[in-house]
Formats: sequence, C-alpha cells, structure tokens
Amino acid sequence: MMIKKNELSGYLDKLIQTYQVFAPVERDSDTCLKQIAAGTEAVLDFGNTSIPPKDILFPQSETLFSYTEQDQSIRLEEDVDDGKKLIFAIRPCDARSFMLLDNVFSNDQYQDPYYLTRRANTVLVGLGCNEPCGTCFCDSVGGGPFAEEGLDMLLIDIGEGYVAKVLTDKGKEAALLLGAPGASREERQMASEIQRQAAMDKVNTEGLKAALDSGFYSAVWDLLHEKCIGCAACTYTCPTCHCFDIVDEAVDCNGCRIRNWDACMFPLFTLHGSGHNPRPTNKERFRQRVMHKFKYFADNFGAVACVGCGRCIINCPVNVDIRLVIADILKAGSEVDKK
Amino acid sequence: MQGVAGLIQEAAGKLLLDKQVGLVIGFSRGSLPLRSAPCFIRRPDEAEKLVWDRSCENNLANYLRRYRQKVAVVAKGCDSRAIVALLQEKQLERENIYIIGVPCSGMIDRKKVKRLLGGKELLEIEEKREKILLKAKGISKEISSRELLHESCRACRYPNPVLYDQLIGEPVAQWSAGDFNEVLAFEERTAQEKKERLAEELSKCIRCYACRNACPMCYCGECFADCSTPQWVGKGAQAEDNLIFQAVRVFHLAGRCVDCGACERACPMDIHLSLLTRKMVKDVRELYGFEAGVDPEAAPPLAVFSANDAQDFLFEE
Repeated sequence: MMIKKNELSGYLDKLIQTYQVFAPVERDSDTCLKQIAAGTEAVLDFGNTSIPPKDILFPQSETLFSYTEQDQSIRLEEDVDDGKKLIFAIRPCDARSFMLLDNVFSNDQYQDPYYLTRRANTVLVGLGCNEPCGTCFCDSVGGGPFAEEGLDMLLIDIGEGYVAKVLTDKGKEAALLLGAPGASREERQMASEIQRQAAMDKVNTEGLKAALDSGFYSAVWDLLHEKCIGCAACTYTCPTCHCFDIVDEAVDCNGCRIRNWDACMFPLFTLHGSGHNPRPTNKERFRQRVMHKFKYFADNFGAVACVGCGRCIINCPVNVDIRLVIADILKAGSEVDKK
Repeated sequence: MQGVAGLIQEAAGKLLLDKQVGLVIGFSRGSLPLRSAPCFIRRPDEAEKLVWDRSCENNLANYLRRYRQKVAVVAKGCDSRAIVALLQEKQLERENIYIIGVPCSGMIDRKKVKRLLGGKELLEIEEKREKILLKAKGISKEISSRELLHESCRACRYPNPVLYDQLIGEPVAQWSAGDFNEVLAFEERTAQEKKERLAEELSKCIRCYACRNACPMCYCGECFADCSTPQWVGKGAQAEDNLIFQAVRVFHLAGRCVDCGACERACPMDIHLSLLTRKMVKDVRELYGFEAGVDPEAAPPLAVFSANDAQDFLFEE
C-alpha cells in the first residue's frame, strides 16, 4: 500500500471515524502522541516522541473502580476502557515495549483486564526510523529501526509518501478503511533500500546478564549511582518501566481505587509498614532499576526490559547514560574475572 | 575555557594529593553534545576528567549533604549561594566543605537550542567569543551566547561565587540587575488568567520529582508529596494536584530558594517553574529585604521573628 504525504491527513480522517486515533503532534520543541480530532494535526517529521505511548494503554493514573455506600450496602463500579484505538506512527521501539509489557499484565498468575482490554482494542501503525537519533540503540537490545515485532502495520518513509506493510489481521482491518492504492514495485524497492541504510551505534551487551548475575554486591554500584539524584525522569519516560502503586482516594465510605505509576528510584518505593526499607539508599535503588531491566526481567520473561529508545539518556537531569552504565558494569565484571 | 578547566584540575589534584579532601565534586564531559555531568574525583590522577564549559548547569551543592568527610566542590555563583543557604540552615559544616569557586558566564539552555533547531538533534557546538555555532543535521545556526542562556542565568545577579576557599580565574562583570519583568507581567493578569496559565504549564507535569530532587534546598527526609498518612496531595499526575504540589514546594522554599533555576533545568517536560519560584524570590525580597544564600551570617527571614516583620499581607481589609 502507498500513502502519499499530501493525502495523509485525509487518510487519518478516515481512521478517526472508527478509532480514537493517537498521532504525533507538536508541542513547543517536542513531539508527543496525542489523540487527534483531525488528520491535519499529525506531524510525522520527528525523532521520537518525548513521552512514550505506554500511558495510552497503561495510564499514569487510572481509576480501577469506584465505590459508594448505598442503603447499607456498597455499590462498586468498574471502568474498563474498551474503546477502539489506533496509535499512528508509533516507533518500532515503542511497539516492542508493548510486547514486553504484555508479559507483566498477562501471565499465568495474573491477567490485568484494564491493560489487556485496551491492548486488544488497539491497532499499532508503526513508522520506521530512516534516521535514528544519536541516543537510539534499539538494534543492540533485540529491536531495530524497522523492526516489525508488535506492529500491525509498518510505514516506511520513501520521501513523497509511506510504503505501508500490513502485518496482522488488525492491520488489515485498518488498511481496508484506508483504501490506499498498492505500492509499485519501484516504491517497494526504495523502501527496502531505506531499511538497509538505517544505522546506529552499537552498544555492547555481551556478557551483561552474566555480570549482573554475579554482580549484586559489586563495588561498581558505589560509583555508578553517585551522580543520580533519585528522581523518576528515567522511569516515567521509559516505555517499559511499569511499576505501580495502588491507593484509595476516599471520603468516608465513598471513593475510588486508583493505580498510579510508581518508580523504584523513590525512597518510599519499598518502604515497609514496619519502617524497614530493603533498599535504604540511592545505591540500592539505582541497582534495582538496572537489575530489573537487564536481569530480573530477563530471568522472568526471557528478554531485557529495555527497547533502546534513549529517552532516559535524553531526560536525565545529571546525564546518567544507560549505555555507559552497561559499559561500566561489563568493565567491572571483567576485572573481577581477572582476579 | 580550557584555561579555567586546567586550573580546576590543578586545584582538585593538589587538594587530593595533599589529602586536604578525600573527594572533589565537579563536572566531567557528558555523553551528549552540550552536556556536562556531575563527577566525583577521589584520586589525583583522575582530576584531568574535570571540565568547565557552558553546560555545567547542575547545582552541585545538591550533593554535599550526603558526605560526612571533608569534600571539595566546584561552585558557580548559584552553587555557592546554595552552600551559604545550607550553612545558614545548619545542614553543612563550613570546615567540611572546600569551595573551589568559579566565576560563571551563564549556562546554555538545551531546550532553547532544541527550539532554535526546530526540534532537530544537536550534533555539535562551537563557541566563538560571544557567539555560539550550533550544528544539527542539515542546519547550522549562529547566535549570541547571551540569548541562549537559561532564563535563570540571564537574570542572575551573582555570577561570581559569594563564598569560596579558592577562586579560579578572574571575577566576571555582573550582567543583570535581576529584574522580575516576567513576574510583574504575570501579577498584572486576572485571577482567572493566572489560573489558566498555571494549569497549562502544570498539565505537562509527570510527577517525576526531578525538580525537587535537583533542588539543593529540597532536602526534607520525607517530602509532603510522598507522605501517605496523611495524604496531603493526590499522587496521580492530575493538573490540579500537580499545581498543589508545586505551589507547596515553592512556598516551602520561601526565603530559601537561591534562584539557581536547577528545578527548571531538570524538568524533562519543559515546565516553566521559575515563574513560580521567582515570584516567591521577589516577594521575599520586597517583604523582608532578604536574598537567600548571600550572607552566611544572616538568619533566614522565615526562621526568625521580628516585631517589625511585614504583616500587612496577612490581612485583607
């Protein structure tokens, strides 16, 4: 399928009739994924959105249910959002993050109706990355600038338009609504040439899992965490971080139960009711973040919880760069081995 | 600039070699263009990592409360003011801090750079006298460095350290009277307009607390925003809760905020926090004639009582 750039907004308008369409829009110097009311709002010339799209399926603050007292009984109301959604021009790294989040919200111990209902009703139309940013490293962590995993359709920018590759039945459904003409052989060739050319710097992760397996007590953590100020700029702009906290906001017997994002970098994250905290200082919390991404998640689900989007690198107020953190862990690991 | 970095390295190396301090906190080259990073030097031979340029934007006073042993710190005007404010509040022992003062010409705002480059990624930066050359893919732009400074730097009245044990290089001339034009313009607006403007800014907040954690004066053991028994403010990122969080944070910094702008620089969502913090700075200056972090001997105005304290703002006739 071929979507001409000058016809793009018309196509988006068609999608808006069926789906809540989320697309990149400009805000100051940033681009963010927002629900659009008209195709003309979408701007597809961007590196990546400042905030990942995870909040569309896993909102930062979500009411799970509300409760009210009524005639000696309690009335519960649950709000599961089953609206049809389509995320347009999601980057392949962010689409991959949903594949990883699926493990957390759908496994043999737990099925999360809130996330899974949204997930089932959401179509992901990806936009491949002709020019990955300097902070991108998706192809070092199992993804790629044109990776199709997790996407229902992939768009490849060939200049005058986008060659669209339909990948799943959900993608087919959206493609039918678009009704765009087929891409010519020449256009498809251009697309595969562009896919071949996209390049980015490699981050060496070989041996990282082994270094972390044996590195819980490594002295490297004493140095790695030192400049970290313990905020959640990294976790809240990370497409795969998914820790949450559940609170009741109520007056007397009436209120609601809310699920809020939480961050392992916060002092209260694992604070016990007794006052004991197994992660008492910034060092243990910093270690937890790295361990969770590159060891625990891999132990539990067979993949690292990082898609290489680079947002944590861009947003860290003190320039903690996960690529260098990985390099330092590997270096410390090999020095221990030598001893 | 290289000269200043060299002098900082020399000073740090000597302090460590003479065992006057066990740690020097300064800046090293960061991993991105126009990005330096706080760095922690413990061996004299590591001192060569220290740099000084237009991207040394973090307030390093933020780290000092962590250490019990004697520590040296590279301090710009604003870092030194935060040190003074922390000394006033008995959070630091003067004899445990060695201040390597560095006159500062202002730090460059990466968000302004990004806006100038139309959202494109900065690849390289070159400094030529009073001009800065910015390079991104397919574009290069030359602009006066003054224009690229953080707003907090443009309004800075204390580019030179107010307290130091050693001063690196020559003091720079003050370039700003520290005007409050933006705050004054904001004060002129109607209550409704103010509310809308603040809601617009604070709706961007993701409650990551980078502002709070980057602030050298935000050191509460448990922040009211984290407290759950009782819960003072909603923990979700709703605009009205975000505003309560920021408003209380800023009130808590009344007479303590040293106007360094670290909060705004740390914000990943580009929220214009100094609009709020500078309003408080202005009020404290007008009501108590006080500037935080200038005189180590002065008592913070909200920590002392005087019969002459301004109080007309307490009552509405």
